[in-house]
Amino acid sequence: MGPARDAGRSSVIWEVFRQERKGVAFEHAGSVAAPDETFARAYAHEQYGRRSESVALWVVPRGSILEVEDFVDELNRNYHRVDGYSLKAKLKEARERAGTAASADR
Amino acid sequence: MNEQARRLLQIADDELVLGWRDSEWTGIAPVLEEDVAFSSIAQNEIGHARAIYQLLAGNGDADALAFDRRPDEYRCSPLVQMRFVPDWARTIARRVLYEAADELRLAALKQSDDEAVAGLAAKIDREEAYHRMHAQMWHERLRDEPRLKAALDELWPYVVATSEPAEQEALARLFKREIPSNSLLLGKERGAHDESWPALWEEMTEVRRSVPGAAW
Repeated sequence: MGPARDAGRSSVIWEVFRQERKGVAFEHAGSVAAPDETFARAYAHEQYGRRSESVALWVVPRGSILEVEDFVDELNRNYHRVDGYSLKAKLKEARERAGTAASADR
Repeated sequence: MNEQARRLLQIADDELVLGWRDSEWTGIAPVLEEDVAFSSIAQNEIGHARAIYQLLAGNGDADALAFDRRPDEYRCSPLVQMRFVPDWARTIARRVLYEAADELRLAALKQSDDEAVAGLAAKIDREEAYHRMHAQMWHERLRDEPRLKAALDELWPYVVATSEPAEQEALARLFKREIPSNSLLLGKERGAHDESWPALWEEMTEVRRSVPGAAW
């Protein structure tokens, strides 16, 4: 099947994001290989929607995704990070000072 | 059996047998994504057959209608009976022609005075819209492939032979083809069965026949 194999060879990868129900954020579901938009649409529909697990899909050619992954922190500036500031401990101290520690158990 | 029930049984048999034939691609389709898509379509077709058998059976047994008839009692088109694996071009050509004919007959059923029939036809048509998209995208992709052209030439008389006169004309306009002469349609009409049919019937009904009357 020459044409069918050609379809495989000229395929590009499309990343698929799915929305589980209206109003919630799209999440990455996986990817499909497809030669063009029409095939990508059909294949994504089948792979990620045939069991009614999605109400909508975003199908994006992988090459169109701008990837950013260099997050250097040479000086260990942990005050920029959420884990550098323990709200839990500070909250506990504040509650003890105010004498309302018990209410945290509600 | 009235005219409409006769028509519905033809459609159910077509969908059951085509679903069966197309499911023979599961695991061996040209690319993985297509394997999933094609298997899903095959399963949909069998689902449509099930819904129609159920409608015809009323309070009776849809499975009995689907699987307990003798081979010569099935009313499916010879078009859907042929075994095409591993020929992808003929498989796609059949889908292209079948979906076009199916769209026309569903459109007619949607106009039925019987609300249950019209409602079911509308439901099935909404799923078929996706099947049509699938057939069209492959048709478009393989348009210049000689094997697809040859397959469409070969199968064209089959789809005409099992369509109603008004539908034949619509199909001829759609595919820009002539309606073949009667001699070319001979042996391709409903009720005709090719040499692959007995084996398909055996396989399709094998498990059910293995324990007659069992509740699964």
